[in-house]
Amino acid sequence: MKPFTNHTGVAVPFDRADVDTDLIIPARFLKRIERTGYGDVLFQSLRYLPDGSPNPEFVLNRPQYREGSVLVAGRNFGCGSSREHAAWALQDYGFLVVIAPSFADIFSNNAAQIGLLTVVLPEARIREILETASAREGYQLTVDLEGQTVVDGFGRRDRFEIDAFKRHCLLNGLDPIGLTLQHEAELVRFEAGRPDWMPRVAAEG
Amino acid sequence: MTARTLVEKIWDAHVVHRGDGEPDLLFVDMHLVHEVTSPQAFEGLRIHHRRVRRPDLTFAVLDHNVPTWPRTQPITDPISKKQIEALERNAPEFGVRLEGLLSQRQGIVHIIGPELGLTLPGMLIVCGDSHTATHGALGALAFGIGTSEVEHVLATQMLPQRRPKTMEIRVDSALPPGTTPKDLILGIIRKIGVGGGMGHVVEYTGSTIRALSMEGRMTVCNMTIEGGARAGLIAPDDTTLAYSEGRPYAPRGAAWARAVEYWRGLPTDPGASYDARVELDAKTIEPFVTWGTNPSQSEPVTGRVPDPDAQSDPRARAAVERALAYMALRPGTPIQEIAVDRVFIGSCTNARIEDLRAAARIAEGRKVNPSVRALVVPGSQQVKAAAEREGLDRIFLGAGFEWREAGCSMCLGMNPDILGPGERCASTSNRNFEGRQGPGGRTHLVSPPMAAAAAIAGHFVDIRAWGGER
Repeated sequence: MKPFTNHTGVAVPFDRADVDTDLIIPARFLKRIERTGYGDVLFQSLRYLPDGSPNPEFVLNRPQYREGSVLVAGRNFGCGSSREHAAWALQDYGFLVVIAPSFADIFSNNAAQIGLLTVVLPEARIREILETASAREGYQLTVDLEGQTVVDGFGRRDRFEIDAFKRHCLLNGLDPIGLTLQHEAELVRFEAGRPDWMPRVAAEG
Repeated sequence: MTARTLVEKIWDAHVVHRGDGEPDLLFVDMHLVHEVTSPQAFEGLRIHHRRVRRPDLTFAVLDHNVPTWPRTQPITDPISKKQIEALERNAPEFGVRLEGLLSQRQGIVHIIGPELGLTLPGMLIVCGDSHTATHGALGALAFGIGTSEVEHVLATQMLPQRRPKTMEIRVDSALPPGTTPKDLILGIIRKIGVGGGMGHVVEYTGSTIRALSMEGRMTVCNMTIEGGARAGLIAPDDTTLAYSEGRPYAPRGAAWARAVEYWRGLPTDPGASYDARVELDAKTIEPFVTWGTNPSQSEPVTGRVPDPDAQSDPRARAAVERALAYMALRPGTPIQEIAVDRVFIGSCTNARIEDLRAAARIAEGRKVNPSVRALVVPGSQQVKAAAEREGLDRIFLGAGFEWREAGCSMCLGMNPDILGPGERCASTSNRNFEGRQGPGGRTHLVSPPMAAAAAIAGHFVDIRAWGGER
């Protein structure tokens, strides 16, 4: 995982609550066995018209947001399915940060796994950001994970809270599996004490 | 010792490592795997030269992509076929047991877990699928994870997790006639909203929950994620034990007795407290029909499509307007006047034998409306076989329903069973998101008997006034 320290980018306002993972990426695009290449189908049903051409009304297709890399959305972002493809698609498209009043539990875990930063700010502040990002072309936000701040060009500075361990892993780009494997000795002890009634599956046969 | 909840007891029993400021490292007793969220995880193992640490605690099945037409016919979608073949290759390479397309035990992962006794009380279970919450019905802590976490569990059999907050959802009094566990969970989500359970694990309690069958409990726990909570549990009791005893992977003899002794200690201690509590009177439950594009947007079947102008908050009004535009519904339309093109009876929410029986009772001696195409998809090959032994297939086929092989089918639009653009479906599945059942498809979530009745009438009907109790 690439470390995340800070990022400055154009804010893309997506003023909608309860954005579900089927909206982020429909299931028919989950049939591939690769981890990359999902950016083109991000928000597929909103982004393209039935004939396959870009929907000019949708925020990602508007010229001023083409280079956008900070998505700003409503509460409960990423609800629904556990598909990590949703986080992959956002990152593959070019988003480095998603800012919302709240995130669905599984989505925020998935995002952290791949270094896509999720930032929680109060709903009232999100509304202001959405309004400014809609009104002002090229409105940028600087997200600093080290200092836990979101700063805009007008001098507005918001501090955000984030799980300290998650922050540590993101800042250092740590491999979570590698960290867990350091606890092998404890694992072996735990395994020896597991109850014998727990189901076990015979391997292939 | 301090009083603890069911969730806290299971959590504490699975902590392998606890460090200052770190998430707890939890041991996973059973890792269920399917073809959609696993290929990149196995590939990750390969890249890092890692093995599956506990193949004996890992169980794979094909369900999401699987066509529900006869198994003798080929899979025509080349991309689906490739994904299925990836798991067929990965499972033996990493020593993982796979129930393949021709297995008599194949089925939707959340149906076969409990059915095979892979899911038992007190276990910690994960799967790369949000409806893993289903397994909580047995008193297991079970939740969905993403592909990176699937790889993590394959490689280590552990998962770092922050301790969630707990929420009690207590439901008392008897479910009214004509309502089902599906209506109960739709009623709960209607009350708490789609984000109501965020950050929490739910424990369902109360006399209504106690009175539910195991299969009814699975329907309720299944849709916990639709209320925003990753897991929903019901404490094990005699109903749980009677269900689990004798299942293929359940312990036997002395081991069973030891397990039962352990399980008896799992229910929440008197005096233990939850971080949040919700109470509901089951008398308020009616046969619900969703009208919108998330599972909290439902009305009793006797109600009407809501008016966005009744919402004072402009954002809430815009959300209702957007949902109605997608669903092509006019405010004030009686729910019972909504005509459907398709009916889907199936999914990990409602494709167990009791669901099929309830739908068959409505279908028996009646005919599917000529304007409707209706599909019944058993949740597993074992459910299918049981239904056929009881003659339910004859009832459905005789009434004009299609009778299929087991799989996720029309729940999620990634196999040949999909809605066409603009098609309207009465569905027993769990999500009515835009495009969920196919691009432009319109989903109304209902119970199995309500779906069967809609197939026959061609529109929604109140089964209570329509012989729902026969």
